[in-house]
Amino acid sequence: MLDVAVSYNRYKFLGDEFLTWLWFVMEKQPEALRETDPELKSLDVGNRIVLENHRNHTKESITIKGDQAGLEEGTLALWKGALVTELNLVYKSGSHEWRFSVKGENLHLSGLKTPQTGPVENKEDMEGAVLEKVFLYEKALALIYNLYNLFIRLRLAPKWKNEVVPQIKNWILSQQSN
Amino acid sequence: MSLLSSSVSITCYKVSGEIQKPVLDTIYSGLARHTIQSIDDEPMEKTIGWTSFKNPYLPDFEGSSFVIGPYLVFSLRLDKKTIPANVIRKNVAVETAKQLNRSGRNYLSTNEKKTIKDQVTASLSRRIPATPNVYDLIWNMEGSRLWFFSNLKTANEALETMFLKSFNLTLIHLFPFTIADQVLGLSDPDRDRLVQLEPTKFSEA
Repeated sequence: MLDVAVSYNRYKFLGDEFLTWLWFVMEKQPEALRETDPELKSLDVGNRIVLENHRNHTKESITIKGDQAGLEEGTLALWKGALVTELNLVYKSGSHEWRFSVKGENLHLSGLKTPQTGPVENKEDMEGAVLEKVFLYEKALALIYNLYNLFIRLRLAPKWKNEVVPQIKNWILSQQSN
Repeated sequence: MSLLSSSVSITCYKVSGEIQKPVLDTIYSGLARHTIQSIDDEPMEKTIGWTSFKNPYLPDFEGSSFVIGPYLVFSLRLDKKTIPANVIRKNVAVETAKQLNRSGRNYLSTNEKKTIKDQVTASLSRRIPATPNVYDLIWNMEGSRLWFFSNLKTANEALETMFLKSFNLTLIHLFPFTIADQVLGLSDPDRDRLVQLEPTKFSEA
């Protein structure tokens, strides 16, 4: 097994490519997302997206924030060679909604807000509340792990180079000509 | 960060290694051995240890109170005293003036200055209460998975060290490479391909 610090840095690009691919899939192939959750209603970019471009040993970072923010600058950054490094997502499954951010470099979830749960008024309520929260956290984590599983299997197959990358390139180009 | 907060951050780990049986007794003894100890009234500036999820300021692991359904739920507590730099500077100046007065000299050696600073810091540390930071965790023993409710580097490093010390088990941090390599059940040829991967270019720019 590779040293953890070495593999963290050497393969950091995998997480950024995953988020870039995910943005493309949400925009152009949303039906493919249902493979990861049969109850999925929608998965959309939320109120924040961060992109980074590493060129000539310098780093350029673009952050787009706001509930109704236009994402044109994001696709322009992709066209210039940037990748998505952080994505805020709004995930709806059944009648429930989750909001959270994912960082490409580590796939940690932050700012995770689950559907409303019952109030905890005493210590007896606490155990039930923990189990309910675990179920809700598991749902968000399972979504990300299932999506990442889908991505990594594509990434390791010839289809990645032959089909997926050209599709993503076409999407990026089409955004510039619109 | 409490796992019951309205907004949480989660870092995922895989637990590696065999825990000594009986499992709950081993966990209890690891928790008890490394329970957080108060450093109020002590000269120490910081301390780390386990605490109860249900009662983080009065830790008690008796009666398998850390078991909730199929999960083990407890918390890591980091207590730290923060003395403002200005307070240290003021007290060092006062002590330095006293020592100069006593010795009749008009300068102090580097060693003497250091000793004064150490004494002042220790004395202030005894008087200042530590600020506790509590981070919850959920350990799913069946799936060998652990969720730690913080993305802070210092808290995660403290968790990894304390976990190994307490239970003799290693926490494998899950990030894009380790998830692919160890969690997703890839075939051996796919795992070989994984290590050969190079970045993709999505743009010709």
